[in-house]
Amino acid sequence: MSNEAVLHAPAEAGLHHEAHGDHHHEHHHETFISKYVFSMDHKMIAKQFLITGMVWAVLGGLMSVLFRLQLGYPEASFPWLEDILGKWAEGGKITPDAYYALVTTHGTVLVFFVLTAGLSGTFANFLIPLQIGARDMASPFMNMLSYWFFFAASIVMLSSMFVEFGPFSGGWTAYPPLSALASASPGSGTGMDLWLIAMALFVVSSLLGGLNYIATILNMRTKGMSMTRLPLTIWALFFTAVLGVLSFPVLFSGFILLIFDRNFGTSFYLSDIFINGVGALPNEGGSAILYQHLFWFLGHPEVYIILLPAMGMASEILSVNSRKPIFGYMAMVGSLFAIAILAFLVWAHHMFVTGLNPFLGSVFVLLTLLIAVPSAIKVFNWLTTLWRGNIRFTPGMMFSIGFVSLFISGGLTGIWLGNSALDIHLHDTYFVIAHFHIVMGVASMFGMFAGIYHWFPKMYGRYMNNTLSYLHFWITLAGAYMIFWPMHYQGLAGMPRRYYDYSVWESFKQFAELNRFISTVAMIVFAAQLLFLFNFFYSVFKGRKVTTQNPYGSNTLEWTTPVNPGHGNWVGEIPEVHRWAYDYGKDGKEFISQTTPVGADESSH
Amino acid sequence: MATTATAPTTKSWSGGKSPFNVEYGKVMMWYFLMSDAFTFGAFLISYGTIRFSTNGWPDPNEVFKSFPFAPEGMNAPLVFVSIMTFILIISSVTMVLAVQAGHNMDKKGVVKNLIWTIIGGIAFLSCQAWEWNHLHHEGAWWGSNPFLNHDGTASSTNFTNYFFTITGFHGFHVFSGVIINIIMLIMAMTNKFEERGHYLMIEKAGLYWHFVDLVWVFVFTCFYLI
Repeated sequence: MSNEAVLHAPAEAGLHHEAHGDHHHEHHHETFISKYVFSMDHKMIAKQFLITGMVWAVLGGLMSVLFRLQLGYPEASFPWLEDILGKWAEGGKITPDAYYALVTTHGTVLVFFVLTAGLSGTFANFLIPLQIGARDMASPFMNMLSYWFFFAASIVMLSSMFVEFGPFSGGWTAYPPLSALASASPGSGTGMDLWLIAMALFVVSSLLGGLNYIATILNMRTKGMSMTRLPLTIWALFFTAVLGVLSFPVLFSGFILLIFDRNFGTSFYLSDIFINGVGALPNEGGSAILYQHLFWFLGHPEVYIILLPAMGMASEILSVNSRKPIFGYMAMVGSLFAIAILAFLVWAHHMFVTGLNPFLGSVFVLLTLLIAVPSAIKVFNWLTTLWRGNIRFTPGMMFSIGFVSLFISGGLTGIWLGNSALDIHLHDTYFVIAHFHIVMGVASMFGMFAGIYHWFPKMYGRYMNNTLSYLHFWITLAGAYMIFWPMHYQGLAGMPRRYYDYSVWESFKQFAELNRFISTVAMIVFAAQLLFLFNFFYSVFKGRKVTTQNPYGSNTLEWTTPVNPGHGNWVGEIPEVHRWAYDYGKDGKEFISQTTPVGADESSH
Repeated sequence: MATTATAPTTKSWSGGKSPFNVEYGKVMMWYFLMSDAFTFGAFLISYGTIRFSTNGWPDPNEVFKSFPFAPEGMNAPLVFVSIMTFILIISSVTMVLAVQAGHNMDKKGVVKNLIWTIIGGIAFLSCQAWEWNHLHHEGAWWGSNPFLNHDGTASSTNFTNYFFTITGFHGFHVFSGVIINIIMLIMAMTNKFEERGHYLMIEKAGLYWHFVDLVWVFVFTCFYLI
């Protein structure tokens, strides 16, 4: 790969094209390894992230089906469970240890491996060079490393599921002392070691990727592509990368201290621990709360690392398919910025009941509730973009609208939870589960589906099947609400999260039927995702071929590339940009590509 | 843009070139340093909160008072660490001179000053190794703290826990910096930069080296002065 050519590209824009024209020819004799495995083409790396993310999504989803089986049918035993889980489900019943391992791994995998790497890894890689008009990422080599560090993290995380005492089982947040003492639970030994190694590799992957995304967006925009002409996807991915680059290192520090506590006799997080049969441990003077601060300093921005790419893609898809400019472009950028700033200032709202000083708590309440302002700006701008639009209900559009719906539903309960007084009652209940699954989990999954459906023609040069897509959409949307809506009531009734069996609690016996209902829907929704996977992989090979360059009538640059763009994206010169990305329905024209020069008598936006 | 922009600020952000007029590698290096600043910030703030919530803390003048080859019982508080700090700061000066020489395409100057920087880095690491070794012989290590508080009571092991973790993490950064500088030296000596026509890599290595130096100022303040 001509790294050198890319290196000098920004400074010497004139030389840019020739240099890349040359290297374009080099790639005619690519080997299988350099094209599909150790690829340095951002489009291929995006697909690698996507497929790996899908594998993790299936595994993580399957785990939720397994533990929902326990929650829905606590009395029943399923002999086939012993066939697949072995000693973890002796007699066909998931053991408590296995239950906690499933819950923990489900959380870790979905949050980090699917919705961080799978989502922004896929779409930052795919869309940034295509939409800003660049041949590739700033450093294709680092981009490749980013994927392979993620792959290594995946392998280590996967291997943790096959060690003798199972994977880590102390919750995805890995609070000490459960995570710090190998004797605390079966999964706290080797399982936790592997968990930490996998997460450390993941942080490296995220850093390599994030630095690349930032440098590419700042430095490699094509001529005329000023920051305020960028599609909102790029703005969102930019803030996502900045959030990741600044918050993951704090988690990394926290993990290093945790590693020392685990292996070298320190007590950063340990104090006054008494173990049955062992007695008092010598570790003194540390603070388990310190870990929570370090964890949530990443943990909260992480929520926005997951959500912002979905917001950006939904903005773009809503505008394209409403055939209207996005409402309030600058307000959208400003609110993304506000969210990115506030993301760093609200972490302690996860810790209201840790004994945090109530005065400090009230500051975090204020800052937390402030996020409602930019969030509301975004919601109203999406709705006003739809308003009187000439809406085309493509699958991508359906999922984008679904995203807005879920973001509203889940966001409103965030206002409840952001109040420290209400949080005393709601903390660690199913209300929290419902809130973050809707607003962050399912909403971001919808953003990801929207992105996949919308850009599939660009990725593979083929269309996905629409009937299956609509089926997938409606089952998933209805299912998501049927799963998580009832959990609000359970949470308000005080039902705590992470319990193994609620049927033994007099207060929660009333929810036995409801739990069974939720579990049933969860299985149906999981099956619907298999439908999506079938649609995806079938269409990759057998889908209807894309014959037009710009099937959606879209303004952005990715649709000015050939139907199946090669490495380097554009044949010949990179187009110059003359306008913003949202000239839809302007001066009687349905859409005006960003590459069209502004006419003499054209009205300005 | 239909009309040519007049203000230079508009022009630098309008695409087709880097807004800061630097190549991507330097943008990445700056963002990486910001990221790394958060890593060290998290460490030092953790240290601060734990120390703040602990009743007593050893007196650095009592802990760091020895010197290599000095007679037993010699009292030279903070002298050795001051020399270490001085060495590191001088190595930053030679790094600046190397970058400056790179600007002037002066290969000889780059090589000479890089060698001095590498020597400075290795000297700092050697001093740190001696200090660690000395403290270890006094019984200090992760999980054990032989030093007493100001008031003579037994002290928390978190003093040594944080000292070894954070200075170790910083030392690892210095070590990587030395490795990077050695690679730069080899590239400079084999005319890699002459062929490219610029010494930009030296600048990026310089940014990293200055950052590591700057972090030491904070680490030094937190553990030896306060």
